[in-house]
Amino acid sequence: MAAPVVRTSSAEVLPPPTERYTLLGWLKKNLFTDWFNTLLTFLALGFLYLIIPPLLRWAFTGAEWAVIPANFNLFMRGQYPAEQALRIWIVLWLTAIVVGFTWGVWSKEISPALVVVAAIPVLLMLVPFFAMETRLKLLGVEILGVVGYVIGRRVPRKHNQIATWLLIITLFASVFILRGFGPEQTDSLWARVPTNLWGGLLLSLLLSIFGIGFSFPIGVLLALGRQSKLPAIRTVSVLYIEFIRGVPLISLLFMGQVMLQLFLPEGFPPIDRVVRALVAIILFSAAYTAENVRGGLQSVPKGQYEAAMSLGLSTYQMMRLIILPQALRAVIPVLVGQFIGLFKDTSLVALVGLFDLLGIARVVLANPDWLGTQQEVYVFIAILYWIFSYAMSYASRRLEISLGVGQR
Amino acid sequence: MKMSPKVYTIGMLLSMVLGIIIAACAAPAPTPVASEEAAAPAAQEQAKSTLDIVKERGKIICVGNANLPGFGFLDEEGNFSGFDVDYCKAMAAAIFGDASKFEIRPATAKERFTVLQSGEADVLIRNTTWTMSRDTDLGMNFAPTTFYDGQGIMVRKDSGIKTLQDLNGASICVQTGTTTELNLADQMAAAGIEYEPVVFETADEVTTAYEEGRCDAWTTDKSGLVSRQTVLKDPSAHEIMDVTLSKEPLGPAVRHGDDQWFDLVKWVTFSTFLAEEHGITSENIDSFMDSTDPNIRKLLGLEGEFCAKIGLENDCFANVIRQVGNYAEIYNRNLGPDTVFNLPRGLNSLYTDGGLLYSPPIR
Repeated sequence: MAAPVVRTSSAEVLPPPTERYTLLGWLKKNLFTDWFNTLLTFLALGFLYLIIPPLLRWAFTGAEWAVIPANFNLFMRGQYPAEQALRIWIVLWLTAIVVGFTWGVWSKEISPALVVVAAIPVLLMLVPFFAMETRLKLLGVEILGVVGYVIGRRVPRKHNQIATWLLIITLFASVFILRGFGPEQTDSLWARVPTNLWGGLLLSLLLSIFGIGFSFPIGVLLALGRQSKLPAIRTVSVLYIEFIRGVPLISLLFMGQVMLQLFLPEGFPPIDRVVRALVAIILFSAAYTAENVRGGLQSVPKGQYEAAMSLGLSTYQMMRLIILPQALRAVIPVLVGQFIGLFKDTSLVALVGLFDLLGIARVVLANPDWLGTQQEVYVFIAILYWIFSYAMSYASRRLEISLGVGQR
Repeated sequence: MKMSPKVYTIGMLLSMVLGIIIAACAAPAPTPVASEEAAAPAAQEQAKSTLDIVKERGKIICVGNANLPGFGFLDEEGNFSGFDVDYCKAMAAAIFGDASKFEIRPATAKERFTVLQSGEADVLIRNTTWTMSRDTDLGMNFAPTTFYDGQGIMVRKDSGIKTLQDLNGASICVQTGTTTELNLADQMAAAGIEYEPVVFETADEVTTAYEEGRCDAWTTDKSGLVSRQTVLKDPSAHEIMDVTLSKEPLGPAVRHGDDQWFDLVKWVTFSTFLAEEHGITSENIDSFMDSTDPNIRKLLGLEGEFCAKIGLENDCFANVIRQVGNYAEIYNRNLGPDTVFNLPRGLNSLYTDGGLLYSPPIR
């Protein structure tokens, strides 16, 4: 009788078999599995053949790309005066060091995302029409970013709140640096630059960052308010959300730019136009954030609430420690989608006369020297919008992976 | 937790009140602004004249256009420039003796009047057509016309279209929501011509569509046609028909209620006409300082106290001419032969050259 086979150690865990393809095998599996797929493949190829050659011909021979370098400063910073433009670099340097630091605190190993981000300033240095000075300033961004990262890695992760606070402080410090001090229209580096001169990508990014930064907490509060047991708070939240969601963003912007001044008392100094646009964007976005967060709150099982309460947590503790972390994690993709939408929606301020990226593009097109270059200009800003939108969606995917959404 | 009915009722009442307040704030948005218009400037004038406000602020704010080639745009350094912008500079030169003390408040065609009415800006210089309803209902006062425009039509040379009648059955590209669209409909209806309008949102789209052959003709103001013709792939293949569909007198405007300010804007504009009439330019103005012609002496502030009548220093017009130039200089700098537009003066010549520019005398 043979001895029974008894395993004394656990079997080696094998990874799932990886499929290996040759090029032909890959083609067959993905493009030519059956007659229908084959047909689709050929249709798509034919379509590409019709589209790509004329596009390339236009991009390399027809297009007048000179309009981009000639107006590059306008695209980046609008009318922000050249004498004070160094302050934008100071903000960039500050941002580089703080972002590097935060990254170092949060993630100790070198990930592909880090390499990509670190490569950005170097890649920008290769842009052919940049002056040597610009390249050196970009090198400064790179070095400070690396320095920040190296310092951040030495800080244990449990101190990550330092990084969060630094980010918030930098955000507000940036505005003060950009705004400046003292009287307007002097040659001094720190002269005040009124916001009507802020423009281009600078304005688009500021509107988006502050729009997202402020609408998110307001939206969370509104979502909680809508779930509240107190009828006054609930009704106000519902009224606010439904009122704001019932009107288009452009009408809020027009209201802010055109009507607001008529409601203010006589002799009241006009409110800054950028602030008016920003408030409209925040109010609008907060209502949508609230509805998205509410979805997350409703996805948290009732047992979680009951468990938290039976532990004796206060409402604040329950929300802060148990409910919101789960609720927000569930709605990250939706929220990021909404914020990408918000970033692109900031281009609506062009219609109320602010010179954000789209507004400045329309202005450049009105310059008699560059009449008829609308294709080049719009392609250029489309690429810029795409880069930032894609970066946001990429960052959100990394965040989802690191938080384990979809696996837990 | 159980809510007592009383607390619940109070809560509901409170939120209803809040809702009503929100609704009340929102309600005026779609209504015409005419009612506020009358009240706001009147109250403002009692408090302070526009000129005082401008002097106190240290700069004049003009409602302007940032998207119209030749009239208002940003150059590559981010400075405003163009025909309308030069008139804003002229106001600044007259008031402060410094043509750089101005700010352009860019506004769309829709919001421009409200921006002026709300007191956010002092004068509207944004290729605005002087019409009766704007002059009356909208509470505007129009200074002298600085640019006489008119709606025209561009066609391909080889199409053989010469008159409006030739356009029978043709498709015409036009920008939507503009007076040009309405003018076209009116004129064609009056002439009994059938046509197919093809409407687009922006001027860029209209020109692109026309160039791609989606319509037989396209229409906008003649200055716009000329400026766009230069950037078509083959400008010589197109021509502007010898018909004018409408009158478009463009000029500065101020709000009702401050006559001194209206006079100021009016006479600063006239001074550029007068300077051209007398041949005074920004280059040669110094050689006129010992002129014996009383008309010139009055214009340059060497005789009489005419600038004081509009609340300014005696060299106000001299500053305009010195820093911005006379009408011909402003025109040529922005629209003349050295620019891509190369726009003929036409109606925008002095009355002595068969145009419409005619300034009353300074006496």
